Amino acid sequence: MSLKERAAGGVANYVDERTGAAKWLKKNLTKVFPDHWSFMLGEVALYSFVILLLSGTFLTFWFNPSQTDVVYHGAYAPLSNVSMSAAYESTLHISFDVRGGLLMRQIHHWAALLFMAAIVAHLLRVFFTGAFRKPREFNWIIGVGLLTLGIVEGFLGYSLPDDLLSGTGIRIAEAIIQAIPVVGSYLAFFAFGGAFPGHVFIPRIYIVHVLLLPGAFLALITIHLMLVWYQKHTQYPGPGRTEKNVVGYPLLPIYMAKAGGFFFIVFGVTAFLGAVASINPIWLYGPYTPGQISAGSQPDWYMGWLDGLVRMAPPLETHAFGHTISWNILIPGLIIPGIMFTGLALYPFIESWMTGDKREHHLLDRPRNNPNRTAIGAMALSFVIISLLNGGNDIVATHFHLTINEIMWFTRFGLIIVPPIVFVITKRICLSLQRADREIVLHGKETGRLVMLPHGEFIEVHEELSPEKKWTLTQHEQPAPLEITSTDRYGVPAPGGIKAKLRARMSIAATEQIPVPTATEAKELEGGHH
Amino acid sequence: MSDIQKFQDPGLPEHVHRKSDIDPDAEKRAERQVAILFLLSAVGTVGTVVSYIYIKSTSFVYLPILGNTNAAQLGLGVGLAASLFFIGMGAIHWARTLMPDNEVIAERHEFRSEEKDREEFVVTVKEQAGSAGLGRRSLIKRSLGLALGLVGVSPLLLLRDLGPLPKKALSTTNWKAGTRLVVDPSGQPIKPSDLEVGSVAQVLPELPAGTERTLENTGTDAVLLIRLRPEDFNLDAKRLSWTLDGIIAFSKICSHMGCAVALYEQQTHHLLCPCHQSTFDVTRAAKVIFGPAARPLPQLAITVDADGYLVAQQGFTEPIGPSFWERSS
Repeated sequence: MSLKERAAGGVANYVDERTGAAKWLKKNLTKVFPDHWSFMLGEVALYSFVILLLSGTFLTFWFNPSQTDVVYHGAYAPLSNVSMSAAYESTLHISFDVRGGLLMRQIHHWAALLFMAAIVAHLLRVFFTGAFRKPREFNWIIGVGLLTLGIVEGFLGYSLPDDLLSGTGIRIAEAIIQAIPVVGSYLAFFAFGGAFPGHVFIPRIYIVHVLLLPGAFLALITIHLMLVWYQKHTQYPGPGRTEKNVVGYPLLPIYMAKAGGFFFIVFGVTAFLGAVASINPIWLYGPYTPGQISAGSQPDWYMGWLDGLVRMAPPLETHAFGHTISWNILIPGLIIPGIMFTGLALYPFIESWMTGDKREHHLLDRPRNNPNRTAIGAMALSFVIISLLNGGNDIVATHFHLTINEIMWFTRFGLIIVPPIVFVITKRICLSLQRADREIVLHGKETGRLVMLPHGEFIEVHEELSPEKKWTLTQHEQPAPLEITSTDRYGVPAPGGIKAKLRARMSIAATEQIPVPTATEAKELEGGHH
Repeated sequence: MSDIQKFQDPGLPEHVHRKSDIDPDAEKRAERQVAILFLLSAVGTVGTVVSYIYIKSTSFVYLPILGNTNAAQLGLGVGLAASLFFIGMGAIHWARTLMPDNEVIAERHEFRSEEKDREEFVVTVKEQAGSAGLGRRSLIKRSLGLALGLVGVSPLLLLRDLGPLPKKALSTTNWKAGTRLVVDPSGQPIKPSDLEVGSVAQVLPELPAGTERTLENTGTDAVLLIRLRPEDFNLDAKRLSWTLDGIIAFSKICSHMGCAVALYEQQTHHLLCPCHQSTFDVTRAAKVIFGPAARPLPQLAITVDADGYLVAQQGFTEPIGPSFWERSS
């Protein structure tokens, strides 16, 4: 035994005698994970979170979360002798006087944008492939929680520098709180320690941003990953892949190297963006004062769709009995997001109710093979994209030479009209893709090779698919709609008639499919050809 | 129907060897490539250190697309990026070319516990919880429910001091009858003649000597002064009497969500809020003509005092800024 082996053995022995870890590790170091590029999206989110923790910790060494008035005397000449909050001054200090400070600020901000983008992309992957189905509903809900917290965390983060742009965002947040019926004014005064802006919100959101929410993130991410580990990863359908197995590569050494390496790649890319792509140049905005504003005030993209909803809201307020209710704030600011996030969190249960499917699923769906779900997802996505478009309506207007009014009216109507159209079109596209699958399974791939037969007829040679490909395209099941009747066999209306009717109707929609080709059909066709 | 056959699962395809598995030259080459990638990372770190020591934080370089860029920030960042990126590339290249790529099959197990375990679980819960007698002792159950329900009251009560009660704060400003309008930020009082037709000024109320102006003051008091030709106005008699020689004053705090309504279109006499694009028509007492705002900007009645300086005729007649529950109109 070499010296190295003896030393390693000694350490392992020491640890195992105290924890019994060997048994667990033996099993888990060779744990199998399936391979697919789309499984990296969640990884990107995880790694950006680690980057956020590292770069964020760096920033806390210099950032001063205080709204005390100070006069600036730092390296950035244009703001010399300007009165500002200590938070803004320390952000300038980090940007201009701390070596690598601006780089870290920009890495932190880019990592935050990437974090949110990766969460959304991961969510879409999970949604469109049906990975949220039993037994993974808990993880879906945790994911929706992480998305929601991520939006809040990002907003609080870019509000900390206390610049003119971020202060405007806080002003809007205050107006939303203030608009809550009955208790709004009280909540706003408690949150801000009195009238807006006050002197306490920067220290307060700071502790939420660097302690409370990161703690919540750590807890939720840990549970999220433990569940992924314990339930084993889903896999895409293919030859040899079943509901009962998982086909892939072992953690040691393949995923240690791949996932570990990928962390460094994500960090490297973020650092590169931080180095070359300027983001949130707060020194150009100036310190916050409620009396000023800059044109083109924009939130970060993950807040943009909410702002877009607020912008397009019709000017509705109710004044009655000496009280005011601001529908123009409550509906886009609280009610619609509330409905959307609740619907998102509950979707696994809604789908299982529609289809009556209570079984475990470990094989992913190809999005086309579940047209109804894919169409619902596309519909929701179009809703958010139209809102986001309106959230940047001033930028869109100047870039495309449109008026803000045109964009606003387009999105006001579009928000209602476009999503249903997207639903129908997406569903049709999915069914067409199913038809295309059916076509190539039964008739083979068009090769483009033309052959002249002895009697002069031209035919195109079709190449038969491999058995592997045929299996991949036909392995999925196509459940029949639920048999629900609103009356029992004596013609008496069944209890819960309307609910049952709705469920029956939704079940029909959820199971609309092009019949999957079978080997029998293929054989019959072959018989016909010869 | 039962004789319809699905296509069969052909099972896992046969393993295809990579070049580096069968060709020792390819294996050596892959090994060298991995080493080169790791070395590039080391070069990146050296670049970071060199940038840190030798590039002044005030030096700039011109780069295409990026324009004038701070050289120190660029050197540090690109070096750091390379040092991280190439570690990742090396590790992944290593995994893809040299580590075993045989697919492994692991079995899944149903999560549901076995029937026996489930039954025993129910028995255990019933026995253990039952021995505490929670189900039987309803007096304890109810009093515990009450206590637990109430225990949250204390921490909530202690949060009371997060801030003062709003009282009338949302409805009051520092504008009173006779308050002089002073220019922000110079603090100089302003005469009608200082304002040409078509121009705009941001003003604040003059505060009593020795009073420091706070951001909270600005957040409620900021007023926009706009001078039009008097014939451009389309106001009722009362609102017209609140103007002076074509000068009209509005709260600058948006009636929608409190942003500063700062964009004035001189040609159309429209005021636009950059946050949510609510648009107000100055000639018609800031009536909302577009966007989500539901109320006009409150108008401040102005006149001149004996010295010829602009002053408020009275305070605002309604609360300024975004709506709130207690607002009566």
